[in-house]
Amino acid sequence: MALMTTKELSYSEAAVLAIQREMEADPRVVVLGEDVGRGGIFGQYKGLQQTFGAERVIDTPISEAAIMGAGVGMALAGLRPVVEMRVVDFALCGMDELVNQAAKNRFMFGGQGRVPLVARMPGGIWDASAAQHSQSLEAWFVHLPGVVVVSPSTPQDNYSLLRAALQCGDPVVYIEHKTLWGLRGEVDDDMAVPLGKARRVREGDALTLVSWSKQMQACAAACDTLAAEGIAVDLIDLRTLWPWDRETVLASCARTRRLLVVHEAVQVAGFGAEIAASAAEATGCRVARLGAPRIPVGYAPVLEAESRIGADAIAAAARKLLG
Amino acid sequence: MGSSIPPSGAGQALYRTMVRIRAFENAAEAASQGGVSAYGQQAGGSAKVRGPLHLSTGQEAVPAGVCAHLRTSDYLTSTHRGHGHTLAKGADLTRMICELFGKATGFNGGKGGSMHIADFSVGMLGANGVVAAGLPIAVGAAHAQKILQKKGDITVCFFGDGAINRGPFLEALNWARVYDLPVLFVCEDNRWSATTASGPMTAGEGASVRAASMDIAATQVDGNDVFGVHETAARLVAEVRGGGGPRLLHALTYRVKGHVSVDVAAYRDPAELAAALETDPIARARGHLLAQGVSVATLDAIENAARDEVDTALAIADAAPWPEPGDAFTDVQTTGAGQWH
Repeated sequence: MALMTTKELSYSEAAVLAIQREMEADPRVVVLGEDVGRGGIFGQYKGLQQTFGAERVIDTPISEAAIMGAGVGMALAGLRPVVEMRVVDFALCGMDELVNQAAKNRFMFGGQGRVPLVARMPGGIWDASAAQHSQSLEAWFVHLPGVVVVSPSTPQDNYSLLRAALQCGDPVVYIEHKTLWGLRGEVDDDMAVPLGKARRVREGDALTLVSWSKQMQACAAACDTLAAEGIAVDLIDLRTLWPWDRETVLASCARTRRLLVVHEAVQVAGFGAEIAASAAEATGCRVARLGAPRIPVGYAPVLEAESRIGADAIAAAARKLLG
Repeated sequence: MGSSIPPSGAGQALYRTMVRIRAFENAAEAASQGGVSAYGQQAGGSAKVRGPLHLSTGQEAVPAGVCAHLRTSDYLTSTHRGHGHTLAKGADLTRMICELFGKATGFNGGKGGSMHIADFSVGMLGANGVVAAGLPIAVGAAHAQKILQKKGDITVCFFGDGAINRGPFLEALNWARVYDLPVLFVCEDNRWSATTASGPMTAGEGASVRAASMDIAATQVDGNDVFGVHETAARLVAEVRGGGGPRLLHALTYRVKGHVSVDVAAYRDPAELAAALETDPIARARGHLLAQGVSVATLDAIENAARDEVDTALAIADAAPWPEPGDAFTDVQTTGAGQWH
């Protein structure tokens, strides 16, 4: 019998363990960003500088362009940097370095170089943090040729996908959720999760429901409500947004003939539109999207709530699609 | 001229580097006419060098003087005006012409052209289409050299006077000092930011003063005096190699051509250009080498060899194959390769 390697970890502890394992296995892996030596503002680097030293877990100035750009230079020179952006909203200060440099380098220079970096930029609504700390911008990066986009929803996936991201050799935009850090769950540290593979969370024939990141929680709650009404939902956690798992999603849509895509991001031109259009083209199924209204996230609870997609709204959208 | 001329062989090598850059760019300029729609010109479709072509004509002394001190294992980052840096770092001239022609045999397989000319095999990590974008990449490469303990290897970062008004200039210089990285910043101050004079757009005294404010020793040189650049760069490169941390070389030069090859730069005072042509770095170096006793025949032979090399390269590039359409789908990314929609 194999040695059991499962333990209960938080979403942030799972990330720390993933980086620790990769740093142990590969001396080329380094971390750079603001506050990483103190463990990062979410504890997502806790203890790493104490273990691996300040030369591999590098505290930096508040210089997002230089953090991302130096990550590109380090990668070209043979390292495999974890580039810490604090939150996706701040990563916008490093966009030339990500979009014009990291994502383009390999192609533009005819394959002379590689940029194996993982840029961590937590996304989503951060409670009571208002418009500049609450964005979900994953669709921007999915639109960008040259990068992988990952958005894990569980401690296990954060562990396994972060390791996969660090091993893959491509630039990766790694979007954890700003309020999932304390989420606890079983983590098998031998479990590999390949990039580009979705996870079927529950099975059903009435409807395919696709989501990712923290929005999976409201989707699961909506599925419970619908199950009580006799509606069995095929719930899929996309996990990797590019390359996305067309095979799993389209097979489900072909079976259920109905697809609802739900995301925390603004619905207009969101990634849900791409999945819905692809499913309709490939299978002819009925499709619907559910995302936030096209408004900045407000501060007061009553305003912030207008940007949130709750379980009730998801269940209602599912019923409408079935009607 | 206050600088000392190096021994005859080294002086001729610098002359040869400059002459090769000039010959390369003259040929590229001729092949680019009608190649881009800009500055009132229309692209005709028959030009062999298409798209924007940024020429460093008149600035050759800076890359020649600096790169003479570099090893293959040193890194270099460049700008949109990067032919000189690439040649001086040791890239093959023929493959550069092939890339400008968009041919499969170019360094980038036709995927980059002039603005992305690069030869990673000699440490030349790329020209760049975005002003100041090379600075953070350079400090990252230098940071890797420090972490990987490549003792003695350095990174040289070329940028223009326009770049010092972008944020990454400040972020990168601060970074280099904070971590004491082996990087030599070289500001090629050609006085023009696209079609706008840099002076009125720049507060204070420019690159040197800004570097000094971050505790990075800066040295200003006459960037059209190749022997002076060579002498100063020797000291700065040695200091950086020796672990002294970052340095900045502020080379004052002049952009003889327009922003791109089809820009006739009619917005400039002709007297300004005429004065600059009086200090042409190649003519000056030639005069000094002759005075040193090098024969006319020797220098003519260097120039003729450069022209012959370029002519041969043009013919090779002409005959070289285009990339295959399918090459548009290679080297995008490994994860998810083949998934385009």
